[in-house]
Amino acid sequence: MRKFDCKAIVIGVSAGGMLALRKIIPVLSADFPAPVIIVQHMHPYSDNFMIHDLDRKSTLNVRQAEEKENISAGNVYIAPSNYHLLVEQDKTFSLSVCERLNFSRPSIDILFETASEVYQDKLLGIVLTGANKDGSEGAKIIKQRGGKIIVQDPKTAESKVMPQSAIANTNPDHILPLTDIGDFLNKYINKRNK
Amino acid sequence: MGKIENENIEIELLLEAIYQKYGYDFRKYSRASIKRRILHRLAKTDLDSVSEMQHRLLYDVEFFDKLLLDLSVNVTEMFRDPNFYLDVRKEVFPVLKTYPYLKIWHAGCATGEEVYSLAIMLREEGLYDRALIYATDFNEVVLKKAKQGIIPLNEIQKYTANYQKAGGKESFADYYTAKYNSALIDQSLKKNIVFSDHNLATDGVFGEMNLIFCRNVLIYFKKELQNRVIGLFRESLCNLGFLCLGSKESLMFSEYEKNFEPTVKETKIFRKIS
Ligand SMILES: C[S@@+](CC[C@H](N)C(=O)[O-])C[C@H]1O[C@@H](n2cnc3c(N)ncnc32)[C@H](O)[C@@H]1O
Repeated sequence: MRKFDCKAIVIGVSAGGMLALRKIIPVLSADFPAPVIIVQHMHPYSDNFMIHDLDRKSTLNVRQAEEKENISAGNVYIAPSNYHLLVEQDKTFSLSVCERLNFSRPSIDILFETASEVYQDKLLGIVLTGANKDGSEGAKIIKQRGGKIIVQDPKTAESKVMPQSAIANTNPDHILPLTDIGDFLNKYINKRNK
Repeated sequence: MGKIENENIEIELLLEAIYQKYGYDFRKYSRASIKRRILHRLAKTDLDSVSEMQHRLLYDVEFFDKLLLDLSVNVTEMFRDPNFYLDVRKEVFPVLKTYPYLKIWHAGCATGEEVYSLAIMLREEGLYDRALIYATDFNEVVLKKAKQGIIPLNEIQKYTANYQKAGGKESFADYYTAKYNSALIDQSLKKNIVFSDHNLATDGVFGEMNLIFCRNVLIYFKKELQNRVIGLFRESLCNLGFLCLGSKESLMFSEYEKNFEPTVKETKIFRKIS
């Protein structure tokens, strides 16, 4: 397989997200070379249960993204609920409470769009299960800037709307069943320092 | 050099032009959010580039006013983060009750929802009459709305729930009257509130405060500007005064972190110790 020289991965997931992420994040190898940044739509006041749970199951360090924090490999960052998560040119995070986009805050589109400004053709975007169309615009922008897109095969999605919409809106590089995505990433992404 | 890099240069120059022409300083704001908002405004015009927009801005004040509104994110709510308000009631008010009079500053108050939320709590705890409340923002349009004290009716349900979770003692409906599509906040809550224009990036100290709220404003600032603003708050607070930040904000990027001690870590309530 042709490897992808990837500097960051962004993932958007909504309804059914917790179970989907459990099938991907714990599979990623300890030396996984790119930081992973996730927007998962959640209830505005939900607690950190998902983060602790994923962190316990994974070799990578799963944590909530904090404003101004440096983005680095070895970490899986999850957007705090009720804030949009943005990537700055110096590869740090910023947060915003501006209007909901696609009824969502955090919004997948905003993460995808700002991350692609920074990582350009070295960015991989992944759209997973979800019940709205958030992520479709962002996926299109990532493709326009030369990045890659993977979409979860809607047949394997708890909620098909989001992956279907992403497929309709862009031309994904890969459409994969949920349980294949983790292994695929381990092989697809160039290892560190090689 | 690609399109994105060129655009970033254009944005930099645009912000410089705004500063020199109008005095509003966005140069030290987190860039990603600013850029998104500038590009959205651009998309609504017939202009082709940020550079063209810069030209327009210099010669068309009304156009600048529109962009100014875009650049300040004014989204707010009543009793946002109810747990925070609960902690203010439990940890801050008992101290305030020992003072004969109080000065409180809401910096970046947007349309006032936060100011009225605290005013309601002050009244319920018998502190309102001894309080003088300064509510400031650099955006005059939102300040005007704040003064009116009008909230959209479709938010009432959420605010009522927030109020209850924040330890509200009465019925939230006692604090507003519904009119058409909006609700008018109990006008007597305004008695001790002074609304005024203040820019955290360029203006100076507000003296001898016992409590400062500055929530969800610092997230828009780069480290350097955060540092300036926290320095400003430190100077404006009286000894042992309280500083309340938004739930995802911290003092970590300022040189003044050691001048404060956390009163409640999780809800970002700090106290000035030196
Ligand atoms: C997201 S709102 C926060 C409102 C409220 N404090 C809350 O937490 O719900 C941010 C506010 O900060 C104001 N703001 C931004 N930059 C400012 C500055 N340099 N000086 C004063 N206010 C500023 C904006 O106009 C806006 O009303």
